[in-house]
Amino acid sequence: MSKQELIVIGNGMAGARAVEEILLRGGNEKFAITMYGDEPYGNYNRILLSNVLNGTQDASEIYLNPLEWYSANDITLKAGRRIVSIDRAAHTIRAFDGSVQRYDKLIVATGSRPFVPPMAGIDGPDGSHKPGVFVFRTIDDCRKIAGYAAKCRRAVVLGGGLLGLEAARGLLQYGVEIHVVHLGPYLMENQLDSTSAAMLRKTMEQMGVHIHLSKATTTILGDESVTGVSFKDGETLPCDMVVISCGIRPNAEIGREAAMTVERAIVVDDHMMSVDDPDVYVVGECAQHRGKVYGLVAPLWDQARVLAEHITGTNPNAAYTGSKLATKLKVMGVELASMGISEPVDENDEVVQFADAKRGIYKKLIIRNDQLVGAILLGDTAKAAHLIQTFDKGSALPEDRASLIFDIGAAPVGATMIEMPDATQICNCNGVSKGQIRACVEGGKRSLKSVMDATRAGSGCGSCKLLVTEIVEWACDGHAEEDPSVHFYVPGIPMTKPELVDVITTKGLKSVSAVFGELVGGIEDAGSKMGLSSLLKTIWGAEYEDERDARYINDRVHANIQKDRTFSVIPRIFGGVTTAEDLRKIADVADKYSVPMIKITGGQRIDLLGIRKEDLPGVWSDLGMPSGHAYAKAFRTCKTCVGTDFCRYGLGDSTALGIKIETRFQGLETPGKIKMATAGCPRNCSEALCKDVGAVAIEGGRWELYVGGAAGSHIRKGDHLCTVDSHEEVLQISGRFLQYYRENAKYLERTYGFVERVGIQEVRDVVVNDTDGVAAKLDAAMQSSVDAFVDPWLERDAPHTVNQFRSTLPVIQSSTVEVR
Amino acid sequence: MCFTAIHQAVRLVPVELIPLGEGREFEVNGRIVSVFRARNGAVYATQAECPHRKGPLADGIMGGSEIVCPFHGRRFDLATGKAISHDECGLETFPVRVDGDGVIVVTV
Repeated sequence: MSKQELIVIGNGMAGARAVEEILLRGGNEKFAITMYGDEPYGNYNRILLSNVLNGTQDASEIYLNPLEWYSANDITLKAGRRIVSIDRAAHTIRAFDGSVQRYDKLIVATGSRPFVPPMAGIDGPDGSHKPGVFVFRTIDDCRKIAGYAAKCRRAVVLGGGLLGLEAARGLLQYGVEIHVVHLGPYLMENQLDSTSAAMLRKTMEQMGVHIHLSKATTTILGDESVTGVSFKDGETLPCDMVVISCGIRPNAEIGREAAMTVERAIVVDDHMMSVDDPDVYVVGECAQHRGKVYGLVAPLWDQARVLAEHITGTNPNAAYTGSKLATKLKVMGVELASMGISEPVDENDEVVQFADAKRGIYKKLIIRNDQLVGAILLGDTAKAAHLIQTFDKGSALPEDRASLIFDIGAAPVGATMIEMPDATQICNCNGVSKGQIRACVEGGKRSLKSVMDATRAGSGCGSCKLLVTEIVEWACDGHAEEDPSVHFYVPGIPMTKPELVDVITTKGLKSVSAVFGELVGGIEDAGSKMGLSSLLKTIWGAEYEDERDARYINDRVHANIQKDRTFSVIPRIFGGVTTAEDLRKIADVADKYSVPMIKITGGQRIDLLGIRKEDLPGVWSDLGMPSGHAYAKAFRTCKTCVGTDFCRYGLGDSTALGIKIETRFQGLETPGKIKMATAGCPRNCSEALCKDVGAVAIEGGRWELYVGGAAGSHIRKGDHLCTVDSHEEVLQISGRFLQYYRENAKYLERTYGFVERVGIQEVRDVVVNDTDGVAAKLDAAMQSSVDAFVDPWLERDAPHTVNQFRSTLPVIQSSTVEVR
Repeated sequence: MCFTAIHQAVRLVPVELIPLGEGREFEVNGRIVSVFRARNGAVYATQAECPHRKGPLADGIMGGSEIVCPFHGRRFDLATGKAISHDECGLETFPVRVDGDGVIVVTV
């Protein structure tokens, strides 16, 4: 099959990105690609032009695709060949030199040009700009400005927007006195509010840049060349050169002449296709989508992707639905991030604000209906990647708004992402550095999940996952893609937890193999088995068909595997209160089995380490104590303090409560492990404030309940859920909370993540206030799970599977020789 | 080209002695081999220890022909021995079948 002719008008960032995305989707098989560009170069990163102007980067360093890229991908590049017209009926385009080329598909990516406001005296007698008047858009502009600035004393930049300040920064290099003249009342009004703009202005003035606000320039003075500018208010400002950066205008004329619908730019549909012609696509600054024209780079990436998916047919339903504008940049050396609106619209918009004028730091958030609708970060953008993500996805915000703009209680990152050295180790479990994560993103992995899969970063203890997320976001310029599988309950079945629960209950699927058989054609996924067995057990209780191969080894043999393949055995010691008799039994077992180490655990239990798998049944039998479940995703322990029995300060009987808790919840399987504690007074000797569920006695015989605490790889103080009057209420409310967590948390999601995700108010509404009317149902489900408890160590006498506790089986027949 | 090699085919145990979807170890001619019994009836035989940190692969979780090491989650394809999750070297594999009497026969 012969290839179709694909012509791209425009060799800038949009055109090149669209072609890159098309190539990624096998576009080379389908299309013979020709790209036309006005400029006689390959395409380059226009965002870095100010670096070229100020000399920190050479023009050659900002090319995105070198000329070899075109030849390597069989792209014909016609640089310096301006296209003057499109004949849509004939499917041809015409270049300025009269040459004509036919196309099957056309991409218009003509970009934009500087907007030059009407002023007297711009042009010299020959009709072109007077010597000393410049725009700032291309590499050639940079070269001309640099050449001219060298012999100037004073330069005026017209325009105090993003581009104007970039130009001013570029000019600083040349030792000229710089004056920025701005029509608006403050700088960068698209990105900043007046407070942050004033801070930026101060910083710029300290750098020697003069700022003139609310000034309308009417005339550029000078006969032969520029000698100054004059303003509407009658004042004049002498200068030797003028750089105009007053915004951009889309290059849409070519569309208008080809009878395409053009408003502010060429109008496209959600496929980035011209509304007039299915063979013409438009992308970038010359495209108008749903009434909007985007001048930033991030929307352009999204547009290019959709265009490529559609034109190559890889996803005919690909749709661009518009972009939320967020940007992170450096203005005059000052870090800035801005997204959404910069001022609240009405009194219902919540504003969170912090200003430290002395250090030039300003942070402002605008929140509407618990979603971030705008933010400005000036001087400190460490939280920008996270905020941009939150803004982009419309995620729910934490109740503690301050945590959005400050790192509270988290390990200090110590530096912003840019400053952090590549060598910094991010994932301490798997030894993954920032540089490796960045390289992975640059290598094309643009979602957190794909980076985690490729590098293993964040897949150990998980405590660095937030940081990994931030680095991925940063490396993707705040536009990381979301892998839909992050919402799956288990990786091997494309369903969220509620969807999965629904289908499991309606179809009556009671075993892991039945789930695989019914939902994914019998294709087993090893990584999904444990999550499924946990879920099925929670849904079906005693009716669950227990297939032991779906369990992790610890749950097959009810002990925790160690690095030398031996196991750790921790008997249940309810509430951490033991007896001389139990201690004697433990000592005897330790002697009989030559236990190499006996260790008191952090949860007030006794750990016998180094037990062979084959010895487990014997050890359990000799101990005669139930399993402590210190190996399972289940309720583990309830740590207690001495409470009222002996302690001089005890206000409530914490040991008795702890024993009741542990008796009731022992062996209860949960999405992540559950550690509890009871404290007899607010001194919290048992650390109840940082447990999954903690009960603290207070004066008056009452108990405060805390949930969502953690003190492992993640540290978090539990949220106060409620205060109750009795042990019985502690048992009831904590049981209800645990059941709510079991039914709603993701697999392996600990309560600290769950409570933060759901929000303590929501948890309280459901569990304490019963606003959903599910309390009785939760209580009943918990009671049935409690009733279904059987000590797994009883399998010592009745193994569930053949050879359950044997690793090596004896061979029945000696070897025979077979010759092949 | 043709050459002859001598292999030792060893009858291990009736296949039912390995729980469905699990693996067990056997000592065969002085070396430890792990044999896995998939839920679909397939059997696989590989070296017993994970090349990463010597985790007992027979204690891992199977999914089709894939095994996940219980120590650090390294994944391997039991049929080919190839490492799936990491750049680890692969596993040595051995020909294995269930004979007419339902006994596992491995050739080492």
